[in-house]
Amino acid sequence: MALPTYAGPLERTWYYGFRIFCGLIFFFLMAPILVIIPLSFNVQPYFTYTREMLTLDPAGFSMRWYNAFWNSTAWMNAIRNSLIVGVSATLIATVLGTLAALGLSRREMPFRGLIMGLLISPMIVPLIISAAGMFFFYSSVGLAGTFPGVILAHAALGTPFVIITVTATLVGFDHSLTRAAASLGASPATAFRKITMPLILPGVISGALFAFITSFDEIVIVLFLAGVEQRTIPREMWSGIRESISPTILAVATILVMFSIALLTTIELLRRRSERLRGMAPQ
Amino acid sequence: MVTADGVPLKIALARAERRRRLTAFLLVAPLLAFIVITFIVPIGQMMWRSVDNPIVVATLPQTIEALGEWDGQDLPSENVYAALVSDLVAAQANRTVGQLAIRMNYEFSGARSLFAGLARRGDDMQAPFREAVIEENDRWGDPAVWQILQREGRPYTAAYYVSAVDLRYNDQGEIERQAPNQRIYVALFLRTLALSVAITCTTLLLGYPIAFLLASLPMRTSNLLMIFVLLPFWTSLLVRTTAWIVLLQQQGVINDILVWLGLISNNGRVLMIHNAFGTIVAMTHILLPFMVLPLYSVMKGISPSYMRAARSLGANNWTAFWKVYMPLTVPGIGAGAILVFIISIGYYITPALVGGQSGQMISNLIAFHMQNSLNWGLAAALGTILLVGVLILYWTYSRIVGIDKVKLG
Amino acid sequence: MKLTKLKVIGAGAAVSLLAIGAYAQDAVQLTVVSWGGAYSESQQRAYLDPYMEEHSNIRFVNDDGSANALASLRAQSQANNVTWDLVDMLPSDAQLACDEGIIMPIDADEWLAPAPDGTAASEDFLPGSIGECFIPQIVYSTVIGYNTEMFDEGAEPQTIDDFFNVEDFPGQRAIQDRPAGNLEWALYADGVPIDEIYETLETPEGVERAFAKLDTIKSNLIFWTEGAQGPQLLADKEVAFATSYNGRLFAAAIDEEQPFEIIWDGQLVEWDGWVVPEGTRNLEAVKEFIFWATDTQRLADQAKYISYGPARASSAPLVGQHEDKGIDMAPHMPTNPDNYETPIVLNNDFWTDYGDELRERYANWMLQ
Repeated sequence: MALPTYAGPLERTWYYGFRIFCGLIFFFLMAPILVIIPLSFNVQPYFTYTREMLTLDPAGFSMRWYNAFWNSTAWMNAIRNSLIVGVSATLIATVLGTLAALGLSRREMPFRGLIMGLLISPMIVPLIISAAGMFFFYSSVGLAGTFPGVILAHAALGTPFVIITVTATLVGFDHSLTRAAASLGASPATAFRKITMPLILPGVISGALFAFITSFDEIVIVLFLAGVEQRTIPREMWSGIRESISPTILAVATILVMFSIALLTTIELLRRRSERLRGMAPQ
Repeated sequence: MVTADGVPLKIALARAERRRRLTAFLLVAPLLAFIVITFIVPIGQMMWRSVDNPIVVATLPQTIEALGEWDGQDLPSENVYAALVSDLVAAQANRTVGQLAIRMNYEFSGARSLFAGLARRGDDMQAPFREAVIEENDRWGDPAVWQILQREGRPYTAAYYVSAVDLRYNDQGEIERQAPNQRIYVALFLRTLALSVAITCTTLLLGYPIAFLLASLPMRTSNLLMIFVLLPFWTSLLVRTTAWIVLLQQQGVINDILVWLGLISNNGRVLMIHNAFGTIVAMTHILLPFMVLPLYSVMKGISPSYMRAARSLGANNWTAFWKVYMPLTVPGIGAGAILVFIISIGYYITPALVGGQSGQMISNLIAFHMQNSLNWGLAAALGTILLVGVLILYWTYSRIVGIDKVKLG
Repeated sequence: MKLTKLKVIGAGAAVSLLAIGAYAQDAVQLTVVSWGGAYSESQQRAYLDPYMEEHSNIRFVNDDGSANALASLRAQSQANNVTWDLVDMLPSDAQLACDEGIIMPIDADEWLAPAPDGTAASEDFLPGSIGECFIPQIVYSTVIGYNTEMFDEGAEPQTIDDFFNVEDFPGQRAIQDRPAGNLEWALYADGVPIDEIYETLETPEGVERAFAKLDTIKSNLIFWTEGAQGPQLLADKEVAFATSYNGRLFAAAIDEEQPFEIIWDGQLVEWDGWVVPEGTRNLEAVKEFIFWATDTQRLADQAKYISYGPARASSAPLVGQHEDKGIDMAPHMPTNPDNYETPIVLNNDFWTDYGDELRERYANWMLQ
């Protein structure tokens, strides 16, 4: 959409005006994330840029909030709990979700639309309603305030993502390939391992990452379902925000932003790999 | 025709087809069972709770039975009062009066002291019970109280839905509107809709131009700029909400800049948080990627030759865009708008943290009734109304976009 | 490959799950629920830490769930899955929970230690403080605090009237999202004598009058839920005034050197204490702990860390100085005569009877 050389003044104004407007929107998207990073190195316990910070005086910066974070048992427990819940929920969601996606992508699958709707529903139902329902039900079976309770709930929330990503890699999958393998003497297991698995693997992994980040970032269910022993990182941030915003929260936030960048990169690489494997990308 | 082992081909094919259907279903079955047990049943149970009404009939079984014969006109007979005293004495011993008192307090004010008081003193009462009970508290001489007991003595109730839409039963047992200072839920549903519409509009306003820019730039540049959309998408919700608190609060970055620029005085700092404005700004930021991504994927599929053709036929840029390009993006607008609207209508966390009072949405009130007022039946009724609304919207969405075409990342 | 990484994470998670399981078996673990912040810290230092030192088999797990304790107790009892062992609660909520049978009735002289001079516990605790199911620890007050930097010198607010006067004392005010206290103050500021406040609130006209008074400052109000939010909003200068608990304002002023002052006029005095959930799995350990933690010396010890008055008469003479700062605690206590000129004593019977409907009305009012 380069500006043609013959463009008149009106078109020029339009062109640059539009670009500036888009620039502002990108700024709106990024600014909040960027603004908290320097503040997490503030010496002062305030959320404002001090004179020292603005003049880039090293005296205005410190790692004290990061040290406070590393030395806090509450935060360290939260990290441990988030990992326990996140990894367990992801394993359940990925295994069940991948199997289901394989079934759903088969032409012969009965009641496809209805079942798909049910399986996707954890993504659609507002979290507050899921949380309320789970609170009543899990309480009545003794799962509220336990790790298994939170893990099962998060696994349920994560499965739609696995189904969607794995199903996407199976779009255009030629089922005659596995049949060919079978006719050449491969057992179903071998056929799966040699043919299906490599194709769906990028989808499985990115689905797993989605499921993990869903659990890792989830707060509403945790608020209702988790006891004090299952306080996760978002739960700890929630009480931090509601009670006292110390810059320790900003330090945690900065670490989480770095974490998101790593995840985003992984997903993007996986997507490209998948497209290449299926011969869909122009590269 | 028969196969090699002598089975008619038609039957063999049907058998194979059945086997394949079974295999497909067996692959899906574990997850289906898992989701039904961990998710569908809990939600169904919650919806059930909005009409379930076990407490009154369980705590006052004799009273409810005796009331069955009452015509609802004058005061009930002596044996109803006797049954009430005996039920309440038993309830006091089992310590179940508290639950009953809470339940009845949802129906009329002062119910707690009415029931708890009689339960405490019921032990010493002598026949005739009608006089003794009315002497204890003269509200027991009011037929309206007994009508409520008769109505709520049934195992199912519509009372929670009646309250959830700002109605109430009057003394004659007819449904009428709540007193003006008690009407909040309808207004709150409307506010939730209004905020969601506002958020959908702002995300469209901001999302359309950048989706257009991303779709029209060369691949390499647009991939780079896409990071600006995807990074917020992948960043923790609480991190983004915290960031907006840091930016918008009175001692926050934006107010500091405004003071520094001299636009406002230090005492005249602008209130941008703990109100609807804060909710709209933060949620627009959080939901913008959900608008940009579907728009982008639709725009990516529009061939630039359409615009060129329009221009070569004499349309100016604006006409070409408005008459040719825009109509082609309508499916993307529809998909993005419904997605954003669905998500924002049930949002809880951001309004709870930055919404103050004017930025509260229906989800926050559901949470309030779950955790503070403990009126779980009302929470369930409000939740069910919200859920039905969302499912209708989702059905519309899947009509437009298709259930399995949801794109991620 | 990425899969090996996943395996490593998975193995790590499995190991940590095993580790938690093993750890839990050795010790008696008591889940103690309290209000968080400075108050929990005072309990930690006065009771929990010393007790853990003496009893190596006891491990306390802290849960800051007191603000929603009644809801959680109901849920746990309904689910037959009681995970809490000891809960810090307000007496009005405790009375409700007691009526519902979800917390245990107590026998004061069996559960609680006598005073050092042998006075039975039921005599030693201040009159009216022990409930059917409620073991008092402290007397505290809800007060209005302000940030001195938000007012010119010599023009600081002094009274509840000033709190309701937005013209002479501009700025936002943070109040709790529950009616208790706020309605009393509204009537007091509207000219109702302190000893007639609850009589007035029992009438519909009185309730209207209180809400009408609150309406006059409504556009300046922000609502808080958890105890720590009031002082935080004051410290951030998001508000000029905040209602809060006197101990929290004290802690912020002393420990964090925040420029806070307390308006003692119309302070709302109330008890706070322990309750034991019906169905706790560690009843013996809990009773043993309570017996020790509510004795004369321990209650006096808590007052070294936070400015709340001990609930035992015999503890009062033992209250001395702040443990860290060495300042005299007496002038900061709600019951100190200088502070106790115009107190409103919170009427728990009133709030037990009328709490539900007023809370609902208040919630509606907040949203309108």
